[in-house]
Amino acid sequence: MFQNLKVRLGLILGLTLLSLFILWRKYDKTGQPITLGLDLQGGAHYAMEIDESKAALSAKDREDAINRALKVVDMRVNELGVSEPVVQKAGNDRIIVELAGLDQASQNRAKDILQKSAFLEFQIVRPLSELQPQLPRIEQAITAAFPNEARAAGQAPAATAPGGLLQTKGAQADTAAASAAAAKPLESKFAGQGASGQILIDTANIRSITRYMALPQVRALLPRGSQLLWGVPEAEEQKGYASLWFVNADAIMTGEHLQNAQAQTDQFNRPIVAFELSRRAGRRFEKETGDHINQQMAIVLDDRVYTAPVIRGAIGNRGQIELGKSTMEDASALALVLRAGALPAPLHIVEERSVGPSLGQDSIDNGKIAAIVGIGLVILLMIGIYHFSGFLAVAALAIYVVLSMGMLSALDAVLTFPGIAGLILSVGMAVDANILIFERIREELDQGRSVRAAVSEGFHHALRAIVDSNVTTLITCAILFYTGTGPIRGFAVTLAVGVVASFFTAVFTTRTFMALYLERRQSVQSLSI
Amino acid sequence: MRFFKNANYPILQWRKRAYIVTAALMVLGIGSMIYHAARGEGWLNYGVDFTGGTVVQVSFTHPVSADQVRDATRAAGYNDWEITRFGTGNDYVVRTPKFGQEAGADAQSRVQQALQTRFKPAVNGRGGDFSIARTEAVGPKAGNELQQRALMAILLSFAATLLYLWFRFEWRFGLAAITATIHDIVVTLGFLALTRMEISLGTVAAVLTIVGYSLHDTIIVFDRVREDLKKPRHGRTFIDILNKAINETLPRTTLTVATVLITLISLLVFGGPVIRGFADVLVLGISIGTFSSIFVASPVLYEIERHFPRKEKREQAVRSTTARRPNGGTRPGNDNRPGNNRPARTAEVPR
Repeated sequence: MFQNLKVRLGLILGLTLLSLFILWRKYDKTGQPITLGLDLQGGAHYAMEIDESKAALSAKDREDAINRALKVVDMRVNELGVSEPVVQKAGNDRIIVELAGLDQASQNRAKDILQKSAFLEFQIVRPLSELQPQLPRIEQAITAAFPNEARAAGQAPAATAPGGLLQTKGAQADTAAASAAAAKPLESKFAGQGASGQILIDTANIRSITRYMALPQVRALLPRGSQLLWGVPEAEEQKGYASLWFVNADAIMTGEHLQNAQAQTDQFNRPIVAFELSRRAGRRFEKETGDHINQQMAIVLDDRVYTAPVIRGAIGNRGQIELGKSTMEDASALALVLRAGALPAPLHIVEERSVGPSLGQDSIDNGKIAAIVGIGLVILLMIGIYHFSGFLAVAALAIYVVLSMGMLSALDAVLTFPGIAGLILSVGMAVDANILIFERIREELDQGRSVRAAVSEGFHHALRAIVDSNVTTLITCAILFYTGTGPIRGFAVTLAVGVVASFFTAVFTTRTFMALYLERRQSVQSLSI
Repeated sequence: MRFFKNANYPILQWRKRAYIVTAALMVLGIGSMIYHAARGEGWLNYGVDFTGGTVVQVSFTHPVSADQVRDATRAAGYNDWEITRFGTGNDYVVRTPKFGQEAGADAQSRVQQALQTRFKPAVNGRGGDFSIARTEAVGPKAGNELQQRALMAILLSFAATLLYLWFRFEWRFGLAAITATIHDIVVTLGFLALTRMEISLGTVAAVLTIVGYSLHDTIIVFDRVREDLKKPRHGRTFIDILNKAINETLPRTTLTVATVLITLISLLVFGGPVIRGFADVLVLGISIGTFSSIFVASPVLYEIERHFPRKEKREQAVRSTTARRPNGGTRPGNDNRPGNNRPARTAEVPR
């Protein structure tokens, strides 16, 4: 049936119109004929994984956890009010979140909400006297890691804290303090002991201490099974100071078994979040708290300590979190993430890519100019070399562009930066297919064949090479698609679509145009090629 | 307009020279990889996509010097941040070696805070001295994974291509095509090692594109060889057949590479700084791919054929004397019509 020219033309026209229709519908719905990737239109991409530093999970638990986390993240992202957010699972252990077209402030807000894993833990506070014997070695490790800062601490006279934290420090004479501080970059920044047994730190020193604590050698020197955690800023009682808590690393209970959470106010009209554990967890909690009577229990949310009340008696399945100076809105938000998303384990961001809207716009503008200039030059070259036949090829190329765009749009493919690479290559292949055919026709004409025979032979002989190279490319695309990650997949999809479209246009469309031209001129003696 | 009409270059006879060029390129590239690896800088200049770490691009509204930016980050206590100018405008890229989320502060907000010691940030994209244009933060695990997957993808696609070409042509062609493609990858990577250009996700896409183009180019030539092999030989050697195939496809090869290069160069000139590195690699790789499809793929096919000749043709084996002749035929065809390809001075193997 493809021998009939009218059928062939109809098919070409139909496919072109269909593609245009698909593009138009997409444009009508989203304002873009093809969805642009975040790297082109601006937006943020986050990959998150379950943090297994606390407890290693079995494969089944991990899968379960990631599926639950996916639902939670999805719920939270939907509340952000971003248009068409993407929340999906990648591989077995990763969640991808993509938020398009956000400005920087909204990106930061979104990231805060995503990172709030709402992971609730109850950890027993340890007495600071257990930390004391390790301090000299910790100081040594810090001095070794940051020699410059230790010196700076020694020179700053204000580094001596009022009263000192641990008794030894208070006993030191003022004159000795400066030189002592040089050797004690950490302790010199301790501003005293808080009412609940936490270490107080001047807010100006938070960053240095955070960096010290991040050192693996410092972590290793902490007493076995203990860790240092920051307090939540809103819960601080003394202005200008932050709390550092020394707690058991193992939690006696986690939010995994949380059943309900509500924002309420306490008797002083301060916001609290009241929570309820499942019955089984409640029984365990009762036993654990019973074991630690008269000790303090830190209520930790996302590695930040809210409060650390003293356990007066065994606690069952109900409890509350005091939020200090937070607002009632904060309490409601917290109750919501706790309810919606008591994640089985915390999530952390392993990959972040964000592009501001202006940079994305620049990329698009530059890309457009480059594409117009490039395509214009290719058209000139083709017509300059193949004359009338070149013109036919250019017409076929125009159809190729419409078809491949339409296919990309129909597949809901996202055009990213590597995708553009795929497009360039496929445009190159589309042009190449035409060149192959035309060169072959020229050869046949050189051998003295008639125009009709040369055209037919040219297409026939060039076909095999085109098929083989296209199939090879498609095989590569399929493999890239199945083994590759996001951006490589984008490349594979655009290239595959381009190859299919280019095959159709070069072999089918150009040939139809040629045949149409030859049919009109029954006694053609020469071909403009 | 026609180029290389009835070209008849003794390409195969030039293969020794091609080997020297290839060997020189490879030694240069691999040597520079080893040199840099020995100095502990890594074989290639891997970017954050592979090593993990963060890159934050900052756009300033007015000209500032790199030193001013560095002062700001040093004042905030970050001494190990690397600051480089990006493109031609007032953009700077701040690189931090480690990926971390200390106390909830991520790369972007840390850079913002550090720069605030000296500059005023823009609010909602307006006013101020600077705004953050782009952030890439990649954990070490994600980076490793990307490297492994990219390598895996390339190797698997080689295996599949080899199988397909074996099926459609025969194993010798597949092996030769893959060899030429590996050559392209090695030379391109060698160039990247030499220039210390940063390897990013874009580079991976570029290398994949080069693989695709080079294979495509080689298959076009091999298709002619396959076609010719089916015809009666009339005493022509394998070398003659290869030469004929290369010469016949020469017009197509040059025209196609010209169109692709035109597109790429316009991308290079107008595409902006983001796409610059990517286009650089492509221009280079496409040129190498074209070189290899002419001067590497067919000679390799010839060498394979020489060592593993086809059974049925062992009689007239390719163990031709041409290889040993002092000076390969060097008369670009003037009297030869394509179709009557009998390069002037190619000796024929006696039967």
